[in-house]
Amino acid sequence: MIIIAQLVTSFVASAGFGILFNVPRSALVQSGLVGMFGWILYYVLVDAGMDVVPATVFGAMLVSVLSYTSAKIYKKPIIVYTVSGIIPLVPGGIAYNAMHQFVENNYDVAVQLSAQVMLLAGGIAIGLMFSEVVNQIIRRMFMRR
Amino acid sequence: MEKVMIEKVCMLAGKIMLVSGAETYRVEDTMNRIAAAFGAVNAQSYATPTAINFSIDLPSETKFLRITKRSTADLHKIAAVNSISRKITAGELDLQNAFLQLKNVEKDKAYPPWLQIIAAALVSGSFAIMFGGVWEDFLPAMLAGGLGFAGMLGMERFLDIRFLAEFFGGFVIGITSSFFLSFGFGASMDMVIIGAVMPLVPGLLITNAVRDLMAGHLVAGISKGTEALLTAFAIGAGVATIFGFM
Repeated sequence: MIIIAQLVTSFVASAGFGILFNVPRSALVQSGLVGMFGWILYYVLVDAGMDVVPATVFGAMLVSVLSYTSAKIYKKPIIVYTVSGIIPLVPGGIAYNAMHQFVENNYDVAVQLSAQVMLLAGGIAIGLMFSEVVNQIIRRMFMRR
Repeated sequence: MEKVMIEKVCMLAGKIMLVSGAETYRVEDTMNRIAAAFGAVNAQSYATPTAINFSIDLPSETKFLRITKRSTADLHKIAAVNSISRKITAGELDLQNAFLQLKNVEKDKAYPPWLQIIAAALVSGSFAIMFGGVWEDFLPAMLAGGLGFAGMLGMERFLDIRFLAEFFGGFVIGITSSFFLSFGFGASMDMVIIGAVMPLVPGLLITNAVRDLMAGHLVAGISKGTEALLTAFAIGAGVATIFGFM
């Protein structure tokens, strides 16, 4: 039941972000689905006890692979799919909490949370580069033959 | 004459993409491809978030274009320029038609503001649930998020400084959520605010900054990263103002 709620809300959130970012109409559903799968992988991994940073890396990897395949199939720039797909993984909640702690003068907690935000952003970056790196390796290998 | 037209088409394509929030490496790549398809083999382009340089060959003079106003994100325009560039490289479009089509893309608008506000409201409600809120948080987050986004859009028309508009959006979210919670509308103030703030988060800037940095476009990556940081700070400060009064 919780999983279904997460599936629906993450789809709505990603597709809604697609509208905010003026994604072409024909790509709205795909970008929503990309975001949904990335978030569900993250959610399941965290639920199974994994730390949030590696879970974010894996979620971002899935997003980048799915975006890359949709970009190839529908012949659109990959940015159309990654931007709204990655949004659920952006650590907005933790960033907000860090800000809140700063305002309430709890600097020790705030700095800890900010460090976590930096790590998560780095994780997203690594995950997003994944499909590109794999693609480049495959292309180089074929070029050599 | 032909050369001037090639330059015009390349500059226009580059300008549309840059203004719409494309990565700078994509802007340069697209301009070079279009130029090559029209027979300018050694075209040089250099794009940063604030300006484009383009020359059709090494000895020719350089065209320069300053970009003053950047919209947050117009991904459909990037996709449209991309498909025009594909057609040009495939040899399906001549110079004149390419220029006309690009001019049309520049005027294009994908979604009206009211639809974007509704979308922002739905996004806010969904995020409140995704980040661990209960269903009682859905409606207040939706309302606060929609109002905050509408406030930011409205302020953007009056102010040239985007960060102030974002600060105002965060401020509206802070006020409305604390107003709702004081009437017992919604379960947790944190969840309502986190959900409502998400539509303002500079997600496109963050991903672009990272991709530009990785592609070796250090100037573009750092300036976009700074813009993202400033935006996040503006939103956070806007929301935090309300905690100062509590």
